[in-house]
Amino acid sequence: MIIIHPLLGPRDAQEFTYLGDASLIHRPDPEADNVAGTFYEYLYQRDNIAGEHRELWFHEQGDRSWLVIKRNTLTHDILSVELASDVARREGRSK
Amino acid sequence: MQYSAFQIFKQTLRGHVGWKPTWRSPDPKPQYDYIIVGGGGHGLATAYYLAKKYHGVNIAVFEKGWLGGGNVGRNTTIIRSNYLLDANEPFYEYSMKLWEGLEQELNYNAMISQRGIINLFHTDPQRDAFVRRGNAMRLHGADAVLLSQEALRKKCPFLNFDNARFPVLGGLWQPRGGTARHDAVAWGYARGADQHGVDIIQNCEVTGFLIRDGVCTGVETTRGQIRAKKIGVAVAGSSSRVMAKAGMRLPIESHVLQAFVSEGLKPIIPGVITFGAGHFYVSQSNKGGLVFGGDIDGYNTYAQRGNLPVVEDVCEGGVALMPMIGRARLLRMWGGCVDMSMDGSPIIDKTHIEGLYFNGGWCYGGFKATPASGVAFAHLLATDAPHDTAKAYRFDRFSRGFLIDEKGVGAQPNLH
Ligand SMILES: Cc1cc2nc3c(=O)[nH]c(=O)nc-3n(C[C@H](O)[C@H](O)[C@H](O)COP(=O)(O)OP(=O)(O)OC[C@H]3O[C@@H](n4cnc5c(N)ncnc54)[C@H](O)[C@@H]3O)c2cc1C
Repeated sequence: MIIIHPLLGPRDAQEFTYLGDASLIHRPDPEADNVAGTFYEYLYQRDNIAGEHRELWFHEQGDRSWLVIKRNTLTHDILSVELASDVARREGRSK
Repeated sequence: MQYSAFQIFKQTLRGHVGWKPTWRSPDPKPQYDYIIVGGGGHGLATAYYLAKKYHGVNIAVFEKGWLGGGNVGRNTTIIRSNYLLDANEPFYEYSMKLWEGLEQELNYNAMISQRGIINLFHTDPQRDAFVRRGNAMRLHGADAVLLSQEALRKKCPFLNFDNARFPVLGGLWQPRGGTARHDAVAWGYARGADQHGVDIIQNCEVTGFLIRDGVCTGVETTRGQIRAKKIGVAVAGSSSRVMAKAGMRLPIESHVLQAFVSEGLKPIIPGVITFGAGHFYVSQSNKGGLVFGGDIDGYNTYAQRGNLPVVEDVCEGGVALMPMIGRARLLRMWGGCVDMSMDGSPIIDKTHIEGLYFNGGWCYGGFKATPASGVAFAHLLATDAPHDTAKAYRFDRFSRGFLIDEKGVGAQPNLH
């Protein structure tokens, strides 16, 4: 798989480490009520989608940026690549 | 038809026109007592043990493709019971015992070969951990032998003992471990289940569940609605997809594990050898091909095929451990979609929906579990209580904090 990095252009997927579903950007509030429940969902439960999947990749052997990649898990086609920091800010995270 | 040497002789004299299909291909009935979704090893074994133990019940297995098309026909055929934890070892040792009697039980040649499995170690602390595991195995009635480097040199003189990064110091050997012919296991269970009256419906996908007021009363299939009192799902890599149709999310990610076979070579590898540190394990098939693999590719996928970086990684591991195989040509490679649970251990449990049961999360190690998983899932379906050996394989262990962390595996082990 070739990942078109937004800053570095085409890079081999081998340079990256995979983390999983992009919803992991949104860590639950540890101060909220029912943290045991929200962290259980966050840590263990997954949608595990067959089809278009938004996921986190870390450019470990490159510029060490986190990316959000939309990829089809049935075909391995990569549909979009964004910096995770942009996605996180857009989705309301402050940093 | 009973298979035997006499039967072969008799059929030979008749010009082999008397052999019958190994199982029937009936049309689905509108209603069953039990429906098993998924005709892999686990689904077929479940149907077999259910039908055998609980006579007179109506059972159907629905398989969206053909028998043996899933992981049961894609794995590298290793069977073993070399686990550490109390939650695992009794279950896998029970499975090992069932393997030992399986061919007689099924009257089917599954080519079970107890040629032994050796896990290599490379450091003193790793040896200590293996000693502990071997002792745990023996406490649960399994067999385990610690091989010194000297003993290992006699068995496997071809290993690269002086590897600079991972010198081979010895191994933990389970002599009763070995291999079985993977699709013969599916066919043998299918034949046995069929003989006990189970309807095996191939090319029929379950597309939904009939659920009302928290009770599941049947399934939607590509051949219409079928009702049942109890429905058991055993669909391995498709677990999340299928259970999503019942509104459930699972602690599972689907990943790909690749496997490789070389050209046929003279007998050289004495059993199964695993080189965990180098992401490589190998055995030699009866036809002479080296059957080997390594780790999962490491990203979510349902594609049943992997990518080249892992091919390279596995082959590097193999050549580092056994330089002699460097010239063997690779004949075939493929991938299977494995159901990676978050702690690397399986689930055999009821769901919160009455009448709906789940069996999955087998990761890349569920082939060896096939017989015990079948018995345990049949027991759960029939009695609503977990089988003695499978009590820990519950959904709620994740929310309760009782993970079965055998050795830091699962979907994202973060080992490196
Ligand atoms: C490359 C590879 C190597 C492996 N090596 C080993 C090994 O050496 N030792 C070991 O113990 N384990 C190994 N495993 C793991 C083992 O193969 C699996 O854990 C085990 O086979 C899974 O159970 P199963 O046989 O029931 O799965 P499967 O054979 O995958 O059965 C599931 C079935 O469900 C069907 N299905 C899916 N969705 C539906 C639907 N909606 N309706 C109807 N049917 C459906 C599928 O078509 C499939 O046939 C390996 C796996 C792979 C991929």
